[in-house]
This record gives sequence, structure tokens and C-alpha cells, in this order.
Amino acid sequence: MLDATMNKKLRDFSLDLSLRAGPGEIVVLMGENGAGKSTALNIISGLVTPDTGSIRLDGSVLFDSGTSVDVPAENRRIGYVFQNSAVFPHIPVRDNIAFGLRAQHKSPVFIREHVGHWLKVMGLEDIADVKAGNLSGGQKQRVALARALATGPALLMLDEPFTALDAENIRRVKELTRTFVTEMAIPCLVVTHRISDCRDIGDRMYMINRGIRGWEGRPGDEPGCTCRNDSR
Amino acid sequence: MTASPAKTRITRILACTGAGILIGAVTLYLLLPIIALFFRTTPDLFIASLADPEVISALTLSLMTSIISLAVVIIVGTPFAYIHCRHQYPGKMVVDTIIDLPLVLPPAVAGLALLVLYGRAGLVGKYAALLGVPIAFTTIAVIMAQIFVASPFYLRQAKSLFDQLDPAYEMTARTLGASPARVFMQVVIPLTAGGLVSGAVMTFGRALGEFGATIMFAGNLPGVTQTMPLAVYVNMAGDFNAGLTISILLVLISFAIMIAVRLLARYEVSHA
Repeated sequence: MLDATMNKKLRDFSLDLSLRAGPGEIVVLMGENGAGKSTALNIISGLVTPDTGSIRLDGSVLFDSGTSVDVPAENRRIGYVFQNSAVFPHIPVRDNIAFGLRAQHKSPVFIREHVGHWLKVMGLEDIADVKAGNLSGGQKQRVALARALATGPALLMLDEPFTALDAENIRRVKELTRTFVTEMAIPCLVVTHRISDCRDIGDRMYMINRGIRGWEGRPGDEPGCTCRNDSR
Repeated sequence: MTASPAKTRITRILACTGAGILIGAVTLYLLLPIIALFFRTTPDLFIASLADPEVISALTLSLMTSIISLAVVIIVGTPFAYIHCRHQYPGKMVVDTIIDLPLVLPPAVAGLALLVLYGRAGLVGKYAALLGVPIAFTTIAVIMAQIFVASPFYLRQAKSLFDQLDPAYEMTARTLGASPARVFMQVVIPLTAGGLVSGAVMTFGRALGEFGATIMFAGNLPGVTQTMPLAVYVNMAGDFNAGLTISILLVLISFAIMIAVRLLARYEVSHA
């Protein structure tokens, strides 16, 4: 369970949000570009420090401005997939997936077996030894998802994960995300600016506008907005 | 009204000829003095001079000091450039300007400035001398002069590479559990390695060719501070063949450096 409240003064407005996501639940943060959605993910992951607030994940306090708790990003157990996937282009797919496990000092045998599992379930076995810089957009996104999930995160976050993908790869990444979030019973936050993504993948959605949370509810129930007819 | 085909053809020929002359003239202007060096000596004289103790001493000292200077620049300059790029701090723009200062400062002025600070009567030098560690007119001074003059070549390159690197790579690595040191060594350095090496090669070349700051701050003591460029200068009035041999060696090393930089540029990792 993720339970986060955050306040941070940004250049043009103040980000003032409270978010909750339960085990196996996909919560979509939707809003225009620059609304503060990605900053919210960066704050939850520990990459950006809020001015005030508290972030709790599975009962553990990751940040609390009141008690000055601030767990470093590398110790938060959060899988984070960025918009451009950010796969490490200089190393093969296999090593990309193993990166987090090595950082956690897992044994070589565990890493080999675990990486093999994720290569298989993500359909990446054929390209396991290809340098990630040479992959297509869809393959990179699957590698990024496998890499984030391989560390056994307590929370998965995807920032605009479908932007650079074609229709087939969007469908595939959405299916994989849903499957593993359900299987691993972890909360998942997805940032998008497209209503179609909310409806396809979201269990619940928050509308974010200039750092403030607006409407909250089930995708498809949202009040009439300009995004309603947006489709790929 | 359109020009006749013959007139168009003549115009094109004249334009091509003009462009050819311009390219040829610029290339020859840069190349002829270098070629002249090779024609001024013979293979026998060149090989004989290579065994000259003065040449060997200057070559050894130059290579040793340049390698040490380069090592210092890489070890200190890489984390410095990274921290400088990734963080905002008061006076950052001033630091940016100071980094570039040695590029426009005449090397002789740099040498004098180093002498004023680290010389026997200098602000720092007098204390170093009291401790029995004189700096000016020693091999240490050669290294310090080389670092002062050559480091901007590496620092500018490193800054540019780190600025261009998408922070998402580092952010991803952090969320995967990597410490900042691990992120730096396993993500940032490999992704910028090609450019960093070409910056290092340029720095090495500049350190090897350093003259003005060295002669002002370190003097010209054979075996102690007389580097290759200084030996060339001294031999202008002495053993001209030795000077020529050292010059040719410097040309060959410079040429190798330029080829290395071009080859390394091909192997830079694409971040796309």
C-alpha cells in the first residue's frame, strides 16, 4: 500500500498532492504536460525531495518531513520506468536486467536464474545478448519493465510509458504491466496525458492540474473533459 | 532568361577551381612547415640523434610528466566536472569562467603567476621551502605548469559530455538500488568513456607540447625540468640535429594523437 502526501514549491506553482494505491491496483495520474505528474513520481522515488509531506510504502516510512526521515532512492525498493525507457545502451539486455540485482549484491546463481526468468516471461530471450542501444522502442520498454520488476519492488511507477510506442507494443506493455502488478500484488502508478491509457490500464485515476489533485475515480466515470475523445 | 549550358559549365569549372585552390592553399600552409622538418634531416642523422642522452632525457621527462599530469587531471577532473554539471551552487558561473581561463591566458603569464604563488618568495612557495619541499624549478613545477595549461581541454570535454547525458540513466540506476558511486562508475563513465578518452588524449598532447609556463615556472634544467619543447628551443643554438629529432618526434606524437581522437570519436556510445 502506498500512502503519500507531498508539497513542493515548483517554478510556476506549488505541487500539493496526496495519493494512495493499494496492492495490485493501477492508479493513473492524468493531466497536461507540466502539471506536476512526473515530479510527483520523482518525489515518491526519492529522486526529488519535497518541502513537506510523508511517504509510506507497505507500512515503512520512506519520507517524513516531521521526523526528518528521508530514505535514499537506492533503498526505497521502487521500480521506476522512465518515458524514454532509459535502458543502458552500452550493455546487453541480460546485464540491464541484472543491474539492480547486482546493485543489491545478490549471488551470481540467483542473478542468472532470475534474469533467465524475466527474459522468458518478457519474451526477450532471443535478444538477451544484444546491446540495449540497438533495440527497437517496444523492446527497450519491455527491457525497462523487466529490469524494474526483477528487483522485486514494493511499488512500480511508469512515467509516460506508451508515448514512443506503436499500437501493438502499447497493447503488449499494458498487458505485461497488468499481469505482473496483479501477480506480484504491488501498487502501480502510471503517468499519462492520454485518457485512452487511463481507460485501458487504470483501476483508478487522479486528474492533476498545476500540481493540485482534481477529480478522482474510476476511468470512464470522469466528468466531460477535453481529453475524453482523445484516442490514438 | 536562363544562362546558356556553356556559360553554366564555365561558371561551375571556375567555382570548382577556386574552391580547390582555397582548400589546397590552406592545407599546404599548415602542412609545408611540418614536411620541411623531415627534409632538413636524414634517416641516419635522425636515428643517431635518437641515441643522444639529451634527447632521451627530454623525451623521458616529457612523457613521464605528461602522463602524471594527465592522471591527475583525470582523477581530479572527472568527478569535479560531474559534480559541477549535476549541481547548482553559488558562483557556478565564476567557476565555469575560471576553468576556461588558462585557454586564453598566455602560457608565459600562467608560468609567471604560478611562480609568484609557488616560488621561493611566493605566498605558498615560501612555506613549502621552509618545509624543505621547494616547488619552483623542480619536476613538480613542470607537472603543475602542464596541469594548469592543459586541464581545460579535459574539463571542457567532460563538462559537455555530462551535460548532454540524459539524467534518466542515473535516476533509473539509483532506483534500481545503485549507490551514487556505483551509478558514476557503471553508468556515467561507460556512457561518456569515448568522449572522455578523446579529451584525455588532447590534454596529453597539450601537456607534452607545453613550453611557456614551464620555462617561466620550472626553468630549463636538463634531466630535471627540460622537457622536449624546451630542448628544441635550447638546441636551436646548439645541436641543431638533436632539436630537429625532438621536433620530428613531437610531430609524430601529435599526429598519432589526432588519429587516436578521430578513431575514438567513432566509438562513442549512442544515448538515443
